[in-house]
Amino acid sequence: MIETRQLTKRFGGHTAIEDVSLAVARGEVVGFLGPNGAGKTTTLRVLAGVFPPTAGEAFVGGHDVVRAPLAARRRLGYAPERPALHLEMTVAGLLEFAARLRDLAGRDARRAAVGAAVERSGLAGTEGRRIGTLSKGFRQRVGLAVALVGDPPVLLLDEPTAGLDPEQSAETRRLVRELGRDHAVLVSSHALAEVEAMADRVVILHRGRVLAADRPAALAARLRPASRVDVEATAPAPALAAALGAVSGVRRAEPIAGGNGHGRVRVEMEPGRDARPALAARVAERGWGLLALAPVETSLEEAFLALVGRGQP
Amino acid sequence: MRKTLVIARRELASLYGGPLAYVLGAVFLLLTGYFFWSDLVFFVLVGGANQPRGLWRYVFLDFRLVTLLVVPLLTMRLFAEERKLGTLELLWTFPVRDREVLAGKLLAVLVAFTAMLAGTLVGPGILWAFHPFPLGPLAAGYLGLFLLGVAFIGCGLAASAVTENQVVAAMLAYGVLVFSWFATWNEAAIGERVAPFLLQLSLFDHFYGFAQGVIDGRDVAYLLAFAALFVFLALRALGARAWRGVG
Repeated sequence: MIETRQLTKRFGGHTAIEDVSLAVARGEVVGFLGPNGAGKTTTLRVLAGVFPPTAGEAFVGGHDVVRAPLAARRRLGYAPERPALHLEMTVAGLLEFAARLRDLAGRDARRAAVGAAVERSGLAGTEGRRIGTLSKGFRQRVGLAVALVGDPPVLLLDEPTAGLDPEQSAETRRLVRELGRDHAVLVSSHALAEVEAMADRVVILHRGRVLAADRPAALAARLRPASRVDVEATAPAPALAAALGAVSGVRRAEPIAGGNGHGRVRVEMEPGRDARPALAARVAERGWGLLALAPVETSLEEAFLALVGRGQP
Repeated sequence: MRKTLVIARRELASLYGGPLAYVLGAVFLLLTGYFFWSDLVFFVLVGGANQPRGLWRYVFLDFRLVTLLVVPLLTMRLFAEERKLGTLELLWTFPVRDREVLAGKLLAVLVAFTAMLAGTLVGPGILWAFHPFPLGPLAAGYLGLFLLGVAFIGCGLAASAVTENQVVAAMLAYGVLVFSWFATWNEAAIGERVAPFLLQLSLFDHFYGFAQGVIDGRDVAYLLAFAALFVFLALRALGARAWRGVG
């Protein structure tokens, strides 16, 4: 439903995105991840038809956004990061306007579409209120509702949880998951935990280029720089670190804080080698008591930082 | 066409959803009302027998100034405000053409402006009730004023399309319109060769005929062409987002 091929956008001499290729199928939520300024919004804007790309192609529902802009836009709902709302209008008035622009003919069809959007985005009871009198969280919902009016099959959501409190964010993530069942959703974020919670797949963008694209778990596994374990034993930390550092298959062993009076060491192993039995044997050999030997999970955050670091010149 | 009406309707809802349209309307009616009254007093005291030359000419030349004052303030928010709010960017993601958006906004301002003009009919209406007069010259004057307003609106629309700052939009429109008025202010300063040419281009020289009750096809064509030129420029300014990169 959403596809870009070698999408490139330059503004004067500045290249915002380069060779961005991605695809989102119906029934799928793809998280678009990257630090601020990575080109997420530019990609979404090109897809949404705000401006054409410099090179490459973008399709929404099979329609080229440049050659068949109206057909493409008829199939998409876009929610910009900063909700763009006419503050002097009422919620229902603005949604009605959106419904008319999306070619919903007939009062009943429009009323039903507005009602469904209101229901889905949790705006029930605010229909008659002026948008200017609503709180930030509700305005964000109105922005989302505008995208949902008429139930377009493609949804482009730019940081839908920006500026929301934790409860509202959770609600929005739940809604995105729910929408993902029968829509093609491309949702951007700079927060990893959020993307992990919403997306079936993640596309990581950095400095306008796609660095990686995969399922969140696979991404973390693939990028895990080296497996690590934390070892805690009844020994002074420096001595423990020295002893474990000499075990074969260990790349590095460094004392870390905590341990409650005992020594605590983080051990980084050579990729593909599991030195845990050897570590336990070495501790026993020295006559220390082994208190804990726990693998350290690599978070997507770390995987992301590793990737971004690699992407730098 | 249907989308144009959708845009126009929303524009009017926004325009009359805030105080600006009412304030501008009130000032417009107050000033035009005052000018009508003072010109009428002047006509009764010293004007003589020729009503088109003695009364309507002064009335419409004065109304012209009020229109010049008010229209750029009416048009300044059209695109500038939406650009600042980000709603313009959002609008481009809906299945609607640039020209439909432009036409819708133009239509909305024309409706608002026509409503203001209609309000000024009160004075002549009262006069006619007490002292009937030929309606032809009055109709010609209003046609001219309407067309002049269309030209101003076209210019204001274009000014609003190039910026996200409403004050800048208003000032740009004032700059263009006042210059096209004063360009022929002092013919000695512009030289013999350029003067006739500039005179042809001067916005206000094409209004004098209407003010005196004369409808000249060339004046009608000129004012409409002036508006069309700026509407075209506005359309190009909106298309510039392709390389400017802002909605």
